[in-house]
Amino acid sequence: METRRGARMVIDPKVRQVGFVTPGSELGRPAAPEPPGAAAPVPVVANSPSPVIIPLLLIPDTSSLRTTPLPVPSPPSRRVVAAPPADDSMPLGSYNPSDAILGSSQGSSERTGNNDKHGSAPTDSLADMSLSNASTLAIRLEGLNVTNDGISNVLSTSTVRSAVAAAPTSVEHAFQTSSGQGIIGSVPAVSVDMAAAANPQADPRPMPLKDRTSKAERRAIQEAQRAAKAAAKGVGTDIAAIADGNVANEVKSSKPSSQKKGLSEKKPAVFSDKKPVVSSDKKPVVSSDKKSAEKASEKDKRKDIPAPRMQFDDEQRVAKAKRRSLIEQTEAKNRVELFRHLPQFLHGTQLPSLESKFFHEDPLHPHPSVFQVGLQYLTREIVGGNARCIAMLMAFRDMINDYSTPMEKTLVRDLTAKINSHVSFLITCRPISISMGNAIKFLKTRIASLPVTVSEFEAKHSLILEIDRFIQEKIVFADNEIVKHAVTKIRDGDVLLTHGSSCVVEMILVRAFELGKKFQVVVIDSRPRLEGKGLLRRLLGKGLHCTYTHINAASYAMQGVTRVFLGAASVLSNGTVYSRVGTACVAMVAHALGVPVMICCETYKFHERVQLDSICSNELGDPDALVEVHGRKDVYSLRGWADSKHLHVLNLMYDATPADYVSMIITELGMVPPTSVPVILREYRKVPYVM
Amino acid sequence: MKSEEEISRRRGEVSGAVTYEWLTQAEAARFHKDPDNFKPLRASSLVGQQQQRLSDEREGLFSVIDEFNLWRSKPELAEAVAAIKALTAVIQRSEATTMMGLEIDLKKASEALKAWDETSISLSAGCDLFMRYVTRTSALEYEDIVAGKARLIERGEKFGEISLKARQTIALLGKDFVQDGSTILTHGCSRVVLALLKLAASNGKHFHVICTEGRPKNSGVEMANQLLSAKIPVSLIIDSAIAYTMEKVDMVLVGADGVVESGGIINMIGTYQAALVAHSMSKPVYVAAESYKFARMYPLDQRDLPLAPCYVHFPGALPESVIAEVSTRDYTPPKYLTLLFTDLGVLTPSAVSDELIQLYL
Repeated sequence: METRRGARMVIDPKVRQVGFVTPGSELGRPAAPEPPGAAAPVPVVANSPSPVIIPLLLIPDTSSLRTTPLPVPSPPSRRVVAAPPADDSMPLGSYNPSDAILGSSQGSSERTGNNDKHGSAPTDSLADMSLSNASTLAIRLEGLNVTNDGISNVLSTSTVRSAVAAAPTSVEHAFQTSSGQGIIGSVPAVSVDMAAAANPQADPRPMPLKDRTSKAERRAIQEAQRAAKAAAKGVGTDIAAIADGNVANEVKSSKPSSQKKGLSEKKPAVFSDKKPVVSSDKKPVVSSDKKSAEKASEKDKRKDIPAPRMQFDDEQRVAKAKRRSLIEQTEAKNRVELFRHLPQFLHGTQLPSLESKFFHEDPLHPHPSVFQVGLQYLTREIVGGNARCIAMLMAFRDMINDYSTPMEKTLVRDLTAKINSHVSFLITCRPISISMGNAIKFLKTRIASLPVTVSEFEAKHSLILEIDRFIQEKIVFADNEIVKHAVTKIRDGDVLLTHGSSCVVEMILVRAFELGKKFQVVVIDSRPRLEGKGLLRRLLGKGLHCTYTHINAASYAMQGVTRVFLGAASVLSNGTVYSRVGTACVAMVAHALGVPVMICCETYKFHERVQLDSICSNELGDPDALVEVHGRKDVYSLRGWADSKHLHVLNLMYDATPADYVSMIITELGMVPPTSVPVILREYRKVPYVM
Repeated sequence: MKSEEEISRRRGEVSGAVTYEWLTQAEAARFHKDPDNFKPLRASSLVGQQQQRLSDEREGLFSVIDEFNLWRSKPELAEAVAAIKALTAVIQRSEATTMMGLEIDLKKASEALKAWDETSISLSAGCDLFMRYVTRTSALEYEDIVAGKARLIERGEKFGEISLKARQTIALLGKDFVQDGSTILTHGCSRVVLALLKLAASNGKHFHVICTEGRPKNSGVEMANQLLSAKIPVSLIIDSAIAYTMEKVDMVLVGADGVVESGGIINMIGTYQAALVAHSMSKPVYVAAESYKFARMYPLDQRDLPLAPCYVHFPGALPESVIAEVSTRDYTPPKYLTLLFTDLGVLTPSAVSDELIQLYL
C-alpha cells in the first residue's frame, strides 16, 4: 500500500489521497516532499489548475475552505508536530456522518470500568480453541469414514461432545461475555500503522448527527462532475482522467462501498479548489436538485445489478436488516473509517439475546441445530473454513430432515426462503465465509432444481443425500487428494513452514511424517488468536520436529526454509488467496527469499470474485483481543481505549495474498498455478453450480 | 453379449481398416503429398507389424515395450506418439470382455511403458493422455465392448494423426515470428525447431542461427549440420558463450522435452541459463513444443525433476573424489518464457495449465 501510494505521489501529488486513506490520516498524511513551512494551504490549492470545473450547485463555502489544507502535502514530521486546528476535521467528519447514529446508539456508557471483567476471556479462549479444534476435527474425521447414516450422527455426537466439553468453559465464557458485554464490544478502528490513529485530530468528536449526503446527492455531484469533465475534455490532463474515471466507476457500481463513497466525497477535497466537500452545511443547496436526482437514482438502482454484499455503511439497509434480524446487536462506536462497510458490532452483545431466545416457540425461530451452530460460531467454538462449512451443512441437513412444507406453499420456494432466513441468522452470528457461501449456493441450486412433481419425502431425501455427497466429495475426499498431491512435494531434509492452523496443512504434515519423510516444521503464529499453538501441540504429539515462532520473526525464520505450506479461506479468480491474516506477510517474505509458497485449498472454496486488497471484503474481529495480551496482565496500556475518540483498534481476520507470491495452489484436482483458478472455476462449476 | 468370434472378427475389421487409414493420414501429414507416395513404407510397416503380431501370437504374449520400440524406430515419430501407437495396439489385442477389463489392461501396459523409461517426460505424458482419453470414453458407458474398443482405437489413431500434424502446425504458426534479418539463438536439437526454421527459410526469410554446442551430447552440432543442409547460415558457440552472444541475438527459440503445468518447460540442460540471460537482456524466449508434451507435473525447482543422468565426459584425468553433475535437463520457470508455439496455438505460459486442465480433468 505504501509503495502504491508512493507511486501515485510521483505522478501527481494531488491524486495521492485517492488510495485507501482513512479520513483521519488524510489530515496528516505526508505526501510530496514539501517543506513543513509550505503548509499555507489555501493559496496553493487555489492556484492548482484542476481541470475539473466546479459544479455550479456546489458553491464552496467555509467548510470547503476548511478542507483546503488537505491536498497540501506535508512531511511526516508535521503529522505529529503541527496538528491542524481541530475544526479541520469537520469536513472529514461529514464523510460518513450518519453512521454515527448507529455507532453511538448505545453501549458506550457501559463501556467504562468494565474492562477488567474481560480479562479472563482471552484466557479461556485458548482453551476453547483447542476444544473447538478437537471437536471440529472430530467432525471432519468422522466424516471420513461414515456413510449417509453415519454422517447424520456425526454432528449429534460431536456437538454433544463439544457441548459437554464446552460446558464449563464456553458457557461460562458466554455468561461472562454477556455480563461484560460492554467492553468486549468491538470498536475496531484504525490500527496504529494507519497513521491516523496517532493523529489526535483525526476524530476530535463523535460524528455529528447530520444527514449524510444521500445517494441522490452524491449522484448529483458526480453527474455534475461528469458534465464538467465533458466540458473540460481536451483541456483535461491526466489527473482529470484518473480522477473522473474513478468517480465514474464508483457511480456505476450500484452500491459503492463506504470506502468508495468516502472517495467520491473526498475527491472534492482532494481537488479542493474546485469541488467543495459536500457537508451538511451545504445540504440545502444540494437538496434543491435532490428530487430529480433521486428519481434518476431510483431508476439506476433498478437497472443496476444487485449489490453483492451488504454494505454496512448503507444506513437504510442496515436499518432494514436490523428489523429483520433475530439478534439484537449493538454497533461498535469507534468504527474504523476504512472498514465502515463491514459489520462492526460490539462483540458479546449478540449472545444474551440469543440465549434468551433459545427456547422460544416462534415459527420464525431457527431450527435448533442451526441455532446451535450459530452459537458455536459466535463463541468461536467452531473455527476453520472446513469445520464451519461442515457444521453448517449438517445443521441444514437436520433442518431439512425436520422440515415439512406448510399448507399452500411449495417446497422449493418455502425451503429456499427458510434457508435464506437461516443463513441470515448465521451471518448475524458471524459473517459467513466464502466457502460457506459456496456451499449455500450449492444447496439452493439443488433445491431449485428439484422437479415439481417429486414428493416431499423424496425431495428431502435427495437433498440430504446431496448434502452428504457435498461433504464427502468436496471436503473429505478433496482433502485426501490434496494431501496425496502435497506429500509428493516434500522431500527428505526439507524445512516446511506454515502459518496459523490449517487442517489440510496439518493433514499433509502428519501424512508426510507417517510416510517416513524426514523434515522439520516451522510453525509461524500470530496474535491474537495464536492458532498455531494448537497445531504445534498436535504436531508435537505426533512426534514431528517443530519450531515455533511468531510472525514478527518471519523473515528470520524463513531463512533455511525450503517450502511454505499455507491454507486458504478462499482463492479468488485472479489467483488472490484470501486467508487468515498474516498469510500475505508470510507469503511475501517467502517470495522475497525465493521459497516456493504452496497454497492448499479445496476447489469448493474457489470464488469467481476478484479482489485486489483486503479492505473491500473482510471480517473484523474483536478489537479487544488486540488490546489484551494473553498471559500478561501487566500490559494494560490500552485499557479503556474505547473511550478514547482518537484510537481505533483494527483486528482484521483475513488478508489477500496477491497471486505473484504464490508458487502453486494444491487442489484436489492437482497442482495448478494461481493463474489457472478461473479455468477450474469455468470447467467445474458448470455442472454443480448452474444457477 | 456378442460372441467371441464376432468380436474377433470385428476387431480384425477395425484394426485393418483403421491401421491403413491411419497410416495414410499420417504419412500424408508427414510428406504433405498424396498417400500413394509412401506405399513401400506402409507395406513394410504393415509387414513388420504382422510379423510381430504373428510371433507374439505364437508365443502367446505381447510386449507393449516391443511394440513401442517398433514404433519408435521410425525416424520422424516422437516418443509420445509411439507410446500411443503401442497402447492402441494393446487395445486391439486385448482379450478383455468389459470396458473395465480393457482399462485395466491398458493401465498395466502404460505402467510398463512408463517404468521402462522413467525419465522420459513425453513418454509418460503420451501414456497419461491416452489413458485419459480411455477413461473419458469408458465414462460414456458403451453398451458393448466392441463399440467401445472401436471408439478407443479410433481415438488412438486420431491422436497419432493429430500428433504428427502438430509439427507442421507449429512450424506454420511459429514461422511468422522469425523476422527477416534476425539472429536466432537455439539450444539443443529439436525437430520442431528445425521444422520451424526450415519452413521460415523456405518462405524466403533470411536469418542467422546461432547454435550452442549442446554438451554433453553435442546435440547443437547436429542441429547446426541439419540447418546447414537446409542452407541456413549457422554459427556455433560453446555453451558458456550464451551471455556473450546474447546482445546480438534477437530471439531465443528452443524446443522442449516437456511442458509442465506451471507453463514452464523441461529441456536440455542449459535452457534455463539461456532463458535467464535472455530475460535479463529483454530478449524474447520462444518455445516450440507439441501439445502431447504437456505433462501433469509441477516442479518447484530443479531438484524436483526426475533425474535423467547421462555420462558426461570431462576432458583430462579426474580424481575419483570429484563429484560430476550428470543431469541432462533443467526446468525453466514460466516467468522467463515469452510464448509457446504449440499445435493448439501460440500460448502464453499461463495458458498451458488451462489446456492441461481441459485435457486431463
